[in-house]
Amino acid sequence: MDLYEYQGKELFRRVGIPVGDGRLATTPGEARQAAEVLGGPVVIKAQVLTGGRGKAGGVKLARNAHEAEEHAKNIIGLDIKGHVVKRLWVEQASDIAKEYYLSLTFDRGVKKPLFMFTTQGGIDIEQVAAETPDALVRLHVDPLEGFNPWQARRLVYGAGVTEPSEQKQIAKIIGQLYDAFVRFDAMLCEVNPLIVTPDGIVKALDSKFTVDDNALYRHPDIAEMRDEDAADPLEALARAKHVTYVKLDGEVGVCGNGAGLTMSTVDVVTFAGGRPANFCDLGGGGDAQGVVDALSVITQDPQVKAVFFNIFGGITRCDEVARGILQALDEMKLELPMVVRLDGTNAEEGRRILAEAAPANLHVSPTMLEAATRAVELAA
Amino acid sequence: MSIIVDDDTRLVVQGLTGSEGRFHGLRNRAYGTNLIAGVTPGKGGQDVEGVPVLNTVAEAVSAHGANTAMIFVPAPFAADAVYEAVDAGIATVICITEGVPAHDMLRIHTYVHNLGVTLIGPNCPGALSPGKANVGIIPAEIFTAGNIGLVSRSGTLTYQIGHELTQMGLGNSTIVGIGGDPVVGSSFVDILAKFQADPETEYIVMVGEIGGDEEEKAAAFIEAELTKPVVAYIAGFTAPPGKTMGHAGAIISGSSGTAAAKKAALEAKGIRVGTTPTETAEIVAGIARG
Repeated sequence: MDLYEYQGKELFRRVGIPVGDGRLATTPGEARQAAEVLGGPVVIKAQVLTGGRGKAGGVKLARNAHEAEEHAKNIIGLDIKGHVVKRLWVEQASDIAKEYYLSLTFDRGVKKPLFMFTTQGGIDIEQVAAETPDALVRLHVDPLEGFNPWQARRLVYGAGVTEPSEQKQIAKIIGQLYDAFVRFDAMLCEVNPLIVTPDGIVKALDSKFTVDDNALYRHPDIAEMRDEDAADPLEALARAKHVTYVKLDGEVGVCGNGAGLTMSTVDVVTFAGGRPANFCDLGGGGDAQGVVDALSVITQDPQVKAVFFNIFGGITRCDEVARGILQALDEMKLELPMVVRLDGTNAEEGRRILAEAAPANLHVSPTMLEAATRAVELAA
Repeated sequence: MSIIVDDDTRLVVQGLTGSEGRFHGLRNRAYGTNLIAGVTPGKGGQDVEGVPVLNTVAEAVSAHGANTAMIFVPAPFAADAVYEAVDAGIATVICITEGVPAHDMLRIHTYVHNLGVTLIGPNCPGALSPGKANVGIIPAEIFTAGNIGLVSRSGTLTYQIGHELTQMGLGNSTIVGIGGDPVVGSSFVDILAKFQADPETEYIVMVGEIGGDEEEKAAAFIEAELTKPVVAYIAGFTAPPGKTMGHAGAIISGSSGTAAAKKAALEAKGIRVGTTPTETAEIVAGIARG
């Protein structure tokens, strides 16, 4: 789960990382009030779960409350890479003398947390890594040993920070960032930029924070931060129905059982010359209710012209799935063409059940590729 | 021989009294797996269809000689269950539980590797050596014994490929589902090394998917260390970046972890990659039949 900048900064604040004082606003009026309360110049920052908002006009400096309101009017509703701005973070403007970069990521290849620090902050870190790799200091932390202060010194001295007060402040922030990473089950904590003000104060000017979905049960306060409006409406509906669903941009609805088989089904639809409308994993089951829930999400998408069911019966038997599909069709009165391909345990029995009922819009194909080709034809 | 589970497996199921643990534990026993005990703290002294339930894994080891543990406890308790099994001296731990926090797995991974314990999973279907033992949720009836080792991050996709091999008259030495999470106990490389050392395994099928770089590491390892032919399949060519495709680990982060990159890495080392599960099974059959 990705957090907005202001939510990440709230978590930073909880572990003691210095951040600017700010307020959340959802209307131009609120932005004006926030600027009045904060006093002095403020920065209006669009809260979106994507990068590049500065270039898109989503970050503006306001000298006073009136300007804050005017900027807010322009930024609210702005479309930044498909994300419509609904929330603004109004923060006291900071004077910037230097911009550094600090992050802690979940390195799944090495299976350890990875610190990255450079004094070349404020820009795309992949660019720093590619152009001046020596400027980027990387350090893995043993997850059983945890963080030790020498690691902060390695990063700070390694990156060439020379000012003693900065060294001290950054070393402290590095320890606090590790604390946040572990305490909040983060997959990513990034501070870009980590700034130094003209009077030598170090603070986090931005935050990028991703929390492990599997760990949200132990962070109910963070789970509540999820903005259901930011997700695709179909994905939000799927989440509410506990259906594993990802929206894609095509005409062939895809429903499989198991993540791997469903990914493979989406691929095969593409190879057959079609465009998959979604990824939908029925999971281990295949009971009528599961099929109804999945179909109710898939068919909410107006782009869907045909649905391809790809089922491999393991412990779940194909005859059960066949009955589930028939029951779902009956309950939902769907007229969209459906192609069903059953294989594995009791596949013949399942195909017989479907053939006997023979709804006019239901087609049974023997192999994945043939079924995909049929579904693509029917969706055309 | 075979790998991970076989005739010598003496299984203890952590969470045997839960509905899933009971269903699959008894299913594994019906297949012929030597299920010797279950563990549910507080329920020691009970039994599940004749299988004694104990309070601790230590007791299953000391009094019943357990050497393999299967974990079915809910995600918040799964990490603790792994530590308990390892501490009791269990050498092979198979964790079926889905939804284990990634940070728990970082610590566990480091812990078990330091001790040389084999951990499979979490969020995996387990391991099956046809005709010998089944530990997990793999539908054993669709597989037959043979000389093809099968290792995968996915369940049903593996069953699909295994089923097609069975229909072509080919069988498996062991089928291993390593799990779909970002950090799992055993990687492709770990399992490939076991198949290479197993005299019964002559061919290997590796079923990967988007996310991480384990397939790329496997490609380098296969070239350097393996003499047995390997055929691969990768799922997720059309997955969009930044979206989790069912498995927590199946996500393209930025430009890394794509199916195309994995396929290219494998093919660069001379490893054949099938475009569909069916084609993958056909390639294996072609090689196995000479």
